[in-house]
Amino acid sequence: MIRVSNVSHSIGAAPILHDISVEIPKGGITALIGPNGAGKSTLLSLIARLSSLKTGKIEVDGLQIGQVSDRELARHLAIMAQSTHVSARLRVEELVGFGRYPWHRGRPGPEDHAIVESAIARFGLGAMRHRFLDEISGGQRQRAFVAMAFAQDTDYLLLDEPLNNLDIAGARSLMRLLRQMADEDGKTIVIVLHDINYAARFADRIIALHEGRVAAMGAPHEIVTQDLLTNVFGTDAEISHQDGRPVVLV
Amino acid sequence: MQALAVLGPLAILSLFIGAVPVSLGDFLHDPDSQRLLLISRLPRTFAAMLAGAALAVSGQIMQILARNRFVEPMTAGAGQSAALGVLIAAMLFPATAIWAKMSIAALTTLVGSAGLLLILRPLPPTQPLLVPLVALIYGGLIGAVVTFIAYQGDMLQFIGVWLTGELSGVLAGRYELLWIAGAAAAATWLIADRLTVLALGTDAARGLGLNVQAITAAGLAALSVTTAMVVVTLGAIPFVGLIVPNIIARRMGDNLRRAIPVSAFTGAALVLAADILGRVLRAPYEIPVATLVGVVGAGVFLYLLYNEPRHG
Repeated sequence: MIRVSNVSHSIGAAPILHDISVEIPKGGITALIGPNGAGKSTLLSLIARLSSLKTGKIEVDGLQIGQVSDRELARHLAIMAQSTHVSARLRVEELVGFGRYPWHRGRPGPEDHAIVESAIARFGLGAMRHRFLDEISGGQRQRAFVAMAFAQDTDYLLLDEPLNNLDIAGARSLMRLLRQMADEDGKTIVIVLHDINYAARFADRIIALHEGRVAAMGAPHEIVTQDLLTNVFGTDAEISHQDGRPVVLV
Repeated sequence: MQALAVLGPLAILSLFIGAVPVSLGDFLHDPDSQRLLLISRLPRTFAAMLAGAALAVSGQIMQILARNRFVEPMTAGAGQSAALGVLIAAMLFPATAIWAKMSIAALTTLVGSAGLLLILRPLPPTQPLLVPLVALIYGGLIGAVVTFIAYQGDMLQFIGVWLTGELSGVLAGRYELLWIAGAAAAATWLIADRLTVLALGTDAARGLGLNVQAITAAGLAALSVTTAMVVVTLGAIPFVGLIVPNIIARRMGDNLRRAIPVSAFTGAALVLAADILGRVLRAPYEIPVATLVGVVGAGVFLYLLYNEPRHG
């Protein structure tokens, strides 16, 4: 469980988050949504200790962020940051292999190799494992990064807008892979999404942020409503329903 | 291993080429030739290889720390800071031992390189060409300070002679500091995996539990020591740290555990080849290795700049 208590945050003089308290239970996919500037990515980076926490308290499985070492946390929580533009020219299999770094710290053993192999197979990267990251498509690259996070073998996986720059096929296949990781491997996935429809379709829970506050929280069918679109997103798009899940008609 | 295959013959060739002609037979029978070998040719060959290897590796590390492929210590302030250290030592403490001068140079290099990282940090990653531009200006500024102080102290000639990297003055007993540079470069191989993780970006590296500050500090220390030792013993040799890591990255990627040794051998081969060429081109006079590497390196640099693969 991720427990966020009374977290406020500002960047420079600009307040970003106001007294946020949420609990994200173990298991399933939790989507953070909200308009631009709502504080989604900030909240995620605070949970992942990439920004330093100033006010409030965050616990991941009882480990207190700010107290626990980076090294220890890396075995519980993996983060896929927003920009996966990497200047390092690595082969796909090398990148996935570095997901094991928190466990072997430079000396991979047979178990590490086995996990990397299974990650490569699972994410369909076998055919491109020897290619460099700058030689494959954006969708394949995102998949390689998720495979790396998978190889890190943590209970918690945080992703910041992983669908950026992906076409619809890439976005759907990535979300399906995440769904599979939640359902079959029992991972707890927290994901910042721009598109409400992807959140409504694939997430178990949605936390909607608005101007640094939690505007709504719950299952997709409970919170993706006309009110949410009007009050939080400031738009009057209509909502339809498909198999019990809401769909925003854009 | 191609680099090794080139380096071996070059090293042997280097022993036979110079103002005094010698043959294999002379080395075996003639005591004068043997002295020449031990006092001049062998040290010179070692010096070229050590400097080349150290510069290539320090370039690779600076490119990771600056998150940009187009910077290298000699032009980005580290080389100039080392020169500043040499100058300060020569003016303020002319009588001190060489190791003290060397320590001063290493220290100023460390400060200069750390300063570079600080001013590069706010630059937007979306504008990759800003980094080499700012680095060049930064290096130019420190270089201007060096020139000004040297001018005031009537040491322009001294600094000019000293700072043009060349190996004609290398003799046994006067190049051994370069072994420290070589050792510092070799030591980076021990943290190669960590440096590669750092190259994934600060956030990704922290996410993998890397101690980013410690590895950054270790990288800075390694590149400062190598750069300072090369400047103190041979002078500035530009472009080696730029073109070698770039060529290696193109060919085999940035997995440093594999790339650092290849970079080191390639850098060694490049500087040794340039030195041999410099001895031959207008024999019995010599062309400084920095001049030759500079001419060739500038061309290769432009080529790399215009042919950088452009992917998202």
